[in-house]
Amino acid sequence: MSESSLSALAAQLAAKQISSRELAQHYLDRIAALNPAINAFITVDADRTLAEAAAADALRAAGNAGPLTGVPIAHKDIFCTDGWLTTCGSKMLHNFVAPYDAHVIQRFKAAGMPSLGKTNMDEFAMGSSNETSYFGAVKNPWNTAYVPGGSSGGAAACVAARMAPAATGTDTGGSIRQPAALCGITGLKPTYGLVSRFGMVAFASSLDQAGPMAPSAEDCTLLLNVMTGFDPNDSTSLEREKEDYTRDLEKPLSGLRVGLPREFFAEGLNNEVAAAVEAAVTDLQKLGATTVEISLANSQLAIPVYYVLAPAEASSNLSRFDGVRYGYRAPEYTNLDDMYCKTRAQGFGAEVKRRILIGAYVLSHGYYDAYYLQAQKIRRLIANDFGEAFKTCDVILGPTAPGTAFKLGEKSGDPVEMYLNDLYTIPANLAGLPGMSLPCGFDSKGLPIGLQLVGNYFSEAKMLNVAHQYQRATDWHARAPEGLE
Amino acid sequence: MSLSQDDVKRIARLARIEIDDAQAQATQGQLNTIFDLIATMQAVNTDNVSPMAHAQEVYQRLRDDVVTETDRHAAFQAVAPAVENGLYLVPKVIE
Repeated sequence: MSESSLSALAAQLAAKQISSRELAQHYLDRIAALNPAINAFITVDADRTLAEAAAADALRAAGNAGPLTGVPIAHKDIFCTDGWLTTCGSKMLHNFVAPYDAHVIQRFKAAGMPSLGKTNMDEFAMGSSNETSYFGAVKNPWNTAYVPGGSSGGAAACVAARMAPAATGTDTGGSIRQPAALCGITGLKPTYGLVSRFGMVAFASSLDQAGPMAPSAEDCTLLLNVMTGFDPNDSTSLEREKEDYTRDLEKPLSGLRVGLPREFFAEGLNNEVAAAVEAAVTDLQKLGATTVEISLANSQLAIPVYYVLAPAEASSNLSRFDGVRYGYRAPEYTNLDDMYCKTRAQGFGAEVKRRILIGAYVLSHGYYDAYYLQAQKIRRLIANDFGEAFKTCDVILGPTAPGTAFKLGEKSGDPVEMYLNDLYTIPANLAGLPGMSLPCGFDSKGLPIGLQLVGNYFSEAKMLNVAHQYQRATDWHARAPEGLE
Repeated sequence: MSLSQDDVKRIARLARIEIDDAQAQATQGQLNTIFDLIATMQAVNTDNVSPMAHAQEVYQRLRDDVVTETDRHAAFQAVAPAVENGLYLVPKVIE
């Protein structure tokens, strides 16, 4: 059962070969057995999960089941979930029980999909290794001495270890794609504005976007059908007609033009990753695709631009954590100002504080033009490069991350070294384009390698078509770590 | 450019984050490494480039002036550190 796709699980539920309650119990048992070693979940509440599963079974018995009713899913602990602890991986929210559901949670509930729990993450989604979580690092299921990536590290690890058939994630600079790559699963960051950010704890609002994480592209397609749609509660939610993302899955790839950005295959890319991605290109050529070399010349500036814009937005967003309305409050203080300062000093971890300080500085008087405005202008240049590239290709392909998973502790002492992990993923966030990562091989240490697809705005159906056809011809996505039990 | 320890303390003050001398010193080195990375941006000519604040050209939507929310203050205040009679409690600010 742990190797079943979402469509297979849905078919078994529809045929009444299994109930949602039995399915939920299977995954809860697996979480109980494996989570102590992996630490992918911050909160598990078996009673609540089983109650939601029983409700899904009742929905089916009443003849009101949708395509995924009864299939359980794990949610990143960044989504407010009514009645569940929602910590965002931070001491600041260690005691915060959300009083409402995020829009994404509402949609999965409406689809009748029980929650298996809340997954671990880098604090406030700031990190690429899941080591900044107040609740401890997540371990990579392929080798527990290695990181799972981040910030959606718990989501990626729980799917890789088959503790959940699917999970939600969020991606501000690569936080769905990079952990998907490092854990050997498929993950998609949609076009900015397709998925509502309502109830999703804000990091950098002009970049944050939620998306699905699961073993295969086909699974992600089904989840995307649930997640997307207009929400008046998010001012950046796009009013578009609802799409069926499964519509192009089975199309042949003949005539597909794949753009290969030369900057993504340059210095700094690990040789084994380069070889696996190049082999995937050959596989796509066999399926009828042609390749074209493209240039994303300004993409090398994506990291400096991101580390101005994201901290600037974060310093503003995280000003709400003041110890007054929710979350942590310092136990001792002399006055109101001292209460703010101590609460924030004690409630935030080191990386979050670093980014707030960067943001406060670049937005401070006299520095705004040199940093924030300059970064916004280069953001435009980066987006323009993509616009040019999509005149000659249908989808852009490259590595997701410059290397495979690294050891726990290996990069946690050097912020810049850690930031470079998101070299290839950040450009899509800056432009607001959809990006996805899918497994394309393993390195000599047995760690997964991910390839990235970046598509034009609203081309998710095309990207999922490419990914699905690739996954029909290969079996990297079907592999799961062994010997975990 | 390079941040001094006083700069770090000033920013921390702006951000309302308490920081002592030892922390300011450690943070100073890390922030300067990050600002060295950010400085590579300054060499780019961006004359006549319009800043990009958002991926999509979206505008604030207007809606009819009708009540859409119900009163849930009890639920929202249940998660606050200190509340009394529907009010958030903070240290006295006016003598």
